[in-house]
Amino acid sequence: MDPGFRPRASSRRSLLAGLGAAAAGLSFGALEGCAAKARIGPNGEEQRLNLYNWDTYTGKTTLADFKTATGIEVKMSLFATNDELFAKLKAGNPGFDVIVPSNEYVTRFRIADMIEPLDLAKIPNRTNILPAFRNPPFDPGRRYSMPYTWLVLGIGYRKSKIDGVPDSWKWVMDSDRYKGRIGVFSEADDMIELGAKYLGYSVRHIPPAVIDRVAQMYIRQKPNIKIFHHDEGQDLLLSGDIDIVMEYNGDIAQVMLEDPDLDFVVPREGSLLNSDCLCIPKGAPRPDNAHQFINFILDGRNGAQIYQTIKYPTPNAAALALMPSDYRDSRVIFPPPEVMARCEYADFEGLDRAHLFDETVTRIFAA
Amino acid sequence: MDESWRRAKAVFAVLGGPPVLWLVAFFLVPLGVIWGYSFGENRSLTEIAINGTFGNYVHAIKPLYLGIILKSFWFAAVTTALCLVVGFPVAIAITFASEKTKAWLLLLIMLPFWTNLLIRTYALMAVLRDEGYINTILGWGWSGVSRLTALAGHPLGAFQPLPMLHNNFAVVFGLVYVQLPFMVLPLYAALDRLDRSLLEASLDLGAGHLTTFARVVVPLAMPGIVSGVLVTLIPSVGAYLTPDLLGGPSSQMIANVIERQFKTANDWPFGAALSFLLMYMTFVAIAVQAIVTRNRARRAA
Repeated sequence: MDPGFRPRASSRRSLLAGLGAAAAGLSFGALEGCAAKARIGPNGEEQRLNLYNWDTYTGKTTLADFKTATGIEVKMSLFATNDELFAKLKAGNPGFDVIVPSNEYVTRFRIADMIEPLDLAKIPNRTNILPAFRNPPFDPGRRYSMPYTWLVLGIGYRKSKIDGVPDSWKWVMDSDRYKGRIGVFSEADDMIELGAKYLGYSVRHIPPAVIDRVAQMYIRQKPNIKIFHHDEGQDLLLSGDIDIVMEYNGDIAQVMLEDPDLDFVVPREGSLLNSDCLCIPKGAPRPDNAHQFINFILDGRNGAQIYQTIKYPTPNAAALALMPSDYRDSRVIFPPPEVMARCEYADFEGLDRAHLFDETVTRIFAA
Repeated sequence: MDESWRRAKAVFAVLGGPPVLWLVAFFLVPLGVIWGYSFGENRSLTEIAINGTFGNYVHAIKPLYLGIILKSFWFAAVTTALCLVVGFPVAIAITFASEKTKAWLLLLIMLPFWTNLLIRTYALMAVLRDEGYINTILGWGWSGVSRLTALAGHPLGAFQPLPMLHNNFAVVFGLVYVQLPFMVLPLYAALDRLDRSLLEASLDLGAGHLTTFARVVVPLAMPGIVSGVLVTLIPSVGAYLTPDLLGGPSSQMIANVIERQFKTANDWPFGAALSFLLMYMTFVAIAVQAIVTRNRARRAA
């Protein structure tokens, strides 16, 4: 195997996430001022659109197809984490028309009054959305967001190094069986919510005593953990640095194409669901173009073109119908329904909770 | 130069104005805003009220955070000590090299700055990881030896890669690698000014090489050592990228905690208080150092 570091293009957040603050500056500037004056479209808006998206999260020709269909030129900037997205828009919208926050951040943006309600009449393709995604807890009635993808955290592993299927969080959180070969996600809320899930609690409204038990569990487990990773778990698994890791299904599905010795399972205790959504931020310069874009993405054919590339599960029935069977039948992309039934979305439960979670992981890392 | 700013006000204003404005607008003002936040409170997801509270500082001096700051100073101290031990011979070698070699050696010291810190850190990961360059080469060596011992009937076991990445060793190694030029350059500057005849005098008068080094070279290079230690220690305490990328489960440094306050935890006031707590500590350390130096200078005089 190539011993060097391999920057891979096909991951939603791995490389950029690792770069943290260094990445924050990458996408700035050149939003409004620098581009040449665009023509005015039939809706009275400039034929331009600024999209703020995750890395490698569109199909190969999605943006070009949109330009062919509507004449609107899309300029895409990339962010690595929801926090980066939130921080960038916190001081005022620098000119984005469409953003792609995850579920609980949709709530956060809504509470902070930073996104516009959608004009549903302009999004007829919303009928393509699968029933399970029409009324999510983080945006009841889909007034502010349209689903783009969904994802679930689980365990990615190297089959030749792990005995059987590690279908319990125990193997990463509470066991020395794979000492020194374990990777745990470093995000405070994911760590604590999944810990609570393993102990038999819901990921929502976790009692303080349980948070403390979760912290004690991770502190006990630390000698067995090789690394708290920043969503580059699939790369660490691929390069052989670790053998078992907490990661998203889509990320592992991508590396499974490169290495057939890798696999993924959602533990039987259940897990955390996430869903990345299309939203229009307050102060978007071209809201009508933004609606056209969202409607375009929700079209079956355009959607299928995206999911062919990015391998994330789709919330779109029309797109799903057009996908090849190796996608539709993949148990990595679509874990079995009895496991999915035990998965939940997390809620945004206020700033104090975020601070408590952060202090808890600070304690775990410092122990 | 006997030109004084009184006699050439216009020249000084033209030359000094832009840097001063730059410094005020892009350094002091933002710093002041963050300082203000450290006395503030989160009112909502996006609003911070600066109400003069000391709550953030009270929170920041909890044992949990003081412990992390102490650990960061410990990492930085080990890094600085290693840089000094490695950097001193390098600086001496450059000082005593011929003029032509000297230029090349200095270029080699500065060459890493031409590459971004992030790229250098990733390159280090490729070197240190389990299937990285060092372990690959060690693995070859191991299998070679194993083949030889197999001839004697005792093959070695499977090669276990040395764990060099994602632990505290990797953090210190990475910090030394990054900070070493900052130690070598001030040391070189101090040693290069050193009057060689003093060394000859010391050797002529019967001191050995070690005594000359300890009692002549080191005291004369002291200003260089002090500035080298400061410019190595201070950035190391606040290192963020290195522990983040190279560190393991227990490599959290204070800058990682501060970073999380501004990003994930969305607690800017607390992050600001932690940053300024670190800055106050650094100020105190520099002040103590200045007083000690002054006292020593006075005693010497």
